[in-house]
Amino acid sequence: MIRILLLLLTLGLSGPALAQSDPYARLASDSYGDIETGIAGLAASGDPRAGAVLAALAEGRLLYRPSDKALFVKQGDGLVEARSGGAATAEGLKPVRANNKIRRALEAAQGQLNLVSTDPGKRREAAEAVFKARDTSALPAVETALAKESDRGIKRLFEQARAALLLAKPGTPEADRLAALPILQARGDGDSIAILRTIAASDPSETVKAAAGRGIQAIETRLAVAAAAQNVWYGVSLGSVLLLAAIGLAITFGVMGIINMAHGEMVMLGAYTTYLVQDAIRAHAPGLFDWSLAISIPCAFLVAGAVGVVIERGIIRFLYGRPLETLLATFGVSLILQQSVRSIFGPTNREVGSPGFMSGAFDLFGLSITWGRMWIVLFSFSVFLGLLFVLRKTAFGLKTRAVTQNRRMAAAMGIRTPWVDAMTFGLGSGIAGIAGVALSQIDNVSPNLGQGYIIDSFLVVVFGGVGNLWGTLVAALTLGVANKLFEPYFGAVLAKIALLIFIILFIQKRPRGLFALKGRAVES
Amino acid sequence: MTRTRLIDPKGWIFLAALAAFCLVVPLLNLGIPEGSGLHLPTYLVSLFGKYLAFALLALSLDLVWGYCGILSLGHGAFFGLGGYAMGMYLMRQIGPRGVYGNPVLPDFMVFLNYKELPWYWLGFDHFAFAALMVLAVPGLLAFVFGWLAFRSRVTGVYLSIITQAMTFALMLAFFRNDMGLGGNNGLTDFKDILGFPVQAQGTRVALFVATGIALALGYLVARFMTVSAYGKILIAVRDAESRTRFLGYRPEHYKTLAFTVSAMMAGVAGALYVPQVGIINPGEFAPTNSIEAVIWVAVGGRGTLVGAALGAVIVNYAKTVLTGALPDAWLFALGALFVVVTLFMPKGIVGTLIERFGSRRARAKLPPEPEIAPKLAEEGQG
Repeated sequence: MIRILLLLLTLGLSGPALAQSDPYARLASDSYGDIETGIAGLAASGDPRAGAVLAALAEGRLLYRPSDKALFVKQGDGLVEARSGGAATAEGLKPVRANNKIRRALEAAQGQLNLVSTDPGKRREAAEAVFKARDTSALPAVETALAKESDRGIKRLFEQARAALLLAKPGTPEADRLAALPILQARGDGDSIAILRTIAASDPSETVKAAAGRGIQAIETRLAVAAAAQNVWYGVSLGSVLLLAAIGLAITFGVMGIINMAHGEMVMLGAYTTYLVQDAIRAHAPGLFDWSLAISIPCAFLVAGAVGVVIERGIIRFLYGRPLETLLATFGVSLILQQSVRSIFGPTNREVGSPGFMSGAFDLFGLSITWGRMWIVLFSFSVFLGLLFVLRKTAFGLKTRAVTQNRRMAAAMGIRTPWVDAMTFGLGSGIAGIAGVALSQIDNVSPNLGQGYIIDSFLVVVFGGVGNLWGTLVAALTLGVANKLFEPYFGAVLAKIALLIFIILFIQKRPRGLFALKGRAVES
Repeated sequence: MTRTRLIDPKGWIFLAALAAFCLVVPLLNLGIPEGSGLHLPTYLVSLFGKYLAFALLALSLDLVWGYCGILSLGHGAFFGLGGYAMGMYLMRQIGPRGVYGNPVLPDFMVFLNYKELPWYWLGFDHFAFAALMVLAVPGLLAFVFGWLAFRSRVTGVYLSIITQAMTFALMLAFFRNDMGLGGNNGLTDFKDILGFPVQAQGTRVALFVATGIALALGYLVARFMTVSAYGKILIAVRDAESRTRFLGYRPEHYKTLAFTVSAMMAGVAGALYVPQVGIINPGEFAPTNSIEAVIWVAVGGRGTLVGAALGAVIVNYAKTVLTGALPDAWLFALGALFVVVTLFMPKGIVGTLIERFGSRRARAKLPPEPEIAPKLAEEGQG
């Protein structure tokens, strides 16, 4: 009996039935009960003026004339007639009062109004709000809005909201409840699971309970898959950072056999170059800011590359064939570079801005992917491919490979081996500088920037197999993904330690890395 | 085969100088009253003690790098482990005198809500046990690590990089509070060692002398190892590992032994270092520290033992002076030192001196001049 009454009441609130008792007249009152009914009536009426009138009430600009119950809205200095919106003048007006109950009713009413707003964004928001609030009194409004809706995406949101309300409302027929479950299951987020859990625990019907249980399971499976996919993506993202940091080293260490401990500092120089370029752009051409990274790339390449050439000509060329001594000398260089940057720019972090296209995120099959990370992944792969192209397809790459494979023979064929040495080292350093441009977006630009990457970079190159670019790629991605997949179970630090131990043990098993160069040259 | 004397002339000079140092410093500190111009402040005694501990670390590194060709970039790990073992003993000696006054748990454990002492802290009440651990923990790690690595013939740069990874992993591990070893802050606030207050003047002098004696003993052990028949094979492994293997020796056995002994020496150095500086924290495991120790050896002269110890003292003295006078200049100086020594003084100070003034036999024992010609070795086989 009560159910039927409730149904009648909601029907009565929703439809034209209420039009008989004019909501405008109800609002023009000093009884809170009347005002509340008036608000609900106005919200449900579909009157195009309803939004403006309710907003006026919320802001205390709605006035009425007690004598004839006429309603006016104060707009600026003048008055307009509430029902028609035409300008008016009137005397003896009283404001329509509001208390907390009225304000709550107003809020709900405005939410309902948004359901039929002409702005799709507002409708979307309103549908989400209804779904989250699960205020069953909104059900008629949602159904009205659903019937009118033409946008498929928003329609689905309305359906979800309606399903949530149907499930929340006592007395929905079992068939409707069963029909509502798959809609929530399809939505499949944390809120849906929460609703399904309540249903699975407390629904009077066993069938519905079982269906809700199945729905929960389906959602949980999907969420687990999504979480794993998200972790894999984070792993790819970390792997691409490792790849960027290590790829220059893959040239200097992998191809040339030079242990360049100053590699991390080349990355740091690249990051500081980005900072300087952005500084100059801010000062002289603010309009170019979105291009600052693109401009920084060649600059960073040149700066780090030039420093690399100087190091090679000044120090490393005297140490060929003495890898351990090279290690020490370049470590000294790294200390000097760090301290120079610290003396020039100070020990604190420098602010490097992100251009507009790096910010924000997008949704891909339920994965939330930030544009910044996306660009870095793409960037590191293109650097990798570019480097591969240079080494495989250009005359310079041919000479580099020739010198690496057989220095004396290459010299006999007329290749200027010292020049090739310097340029190859410069190339590796320059690529480290380019990596610095990307890393400036995700890491602190400080004199210690490079130190954080040097050990990881060496491990990536060694793990992948020295002298093999593809090995570096595979190693970087493997380590990145493995790290992120371990993290949920062990925590970040233990995952890192586990990986380090894994690499140490792996080197025992395959001392030359994943993809070892074959042949006698490796024994040297 | 000519027998090499255990202690050669430069060894005598070294031991005599060390003995004199260990006599003069306590005399100047204890024997001469404060206020006199000749009095040596106690803090300097501890500072010198620290140098000697570093010298022992450098000596241990020279044993593997100079005589066995293993460039370990992770010797700081063994140093740190020895230090932590000593630190744990010193923590247990605090007893209920900590800030929280807990009779069983050290302060940081009370702070982190530990209910009882973790199992690996048991036994550290006893000095003998702690002393055993100072040797055993680094020794065991080095044995396992070395045995795995040398058996798989991981050599040269690869070995250097994985030793670096090892100390890096240890650093990350020790930074964790869950390790039960003080996390970020490490172990500190020591009170007593063997019943004597750590801060007291007498204790500090005793620790200094003990470090000097440990250095002398370390030198003798290293010297004994390198001049024995075993040492000859070790040097052969350093110079031509494959050839030695084909002659029927097992290089991995020789290398593992040297690596293990060296790690134990580094552990002792760490254990002597900790009570003198009063703290041990995970920063000791930082890869940079280990690399810095390598430069001490390179400066002094790799493969001379005496040189390594000397290099450690010289570089650290320079560091003390420079960081005091020109803080910014220290890293420039250290960096330049790395470059200059590798480029112009590949044999280090002592090596260069021997080359200039030493006997021909002494000269022959130095590590060979590294190949200057680019990549000749590689091409011979490639």
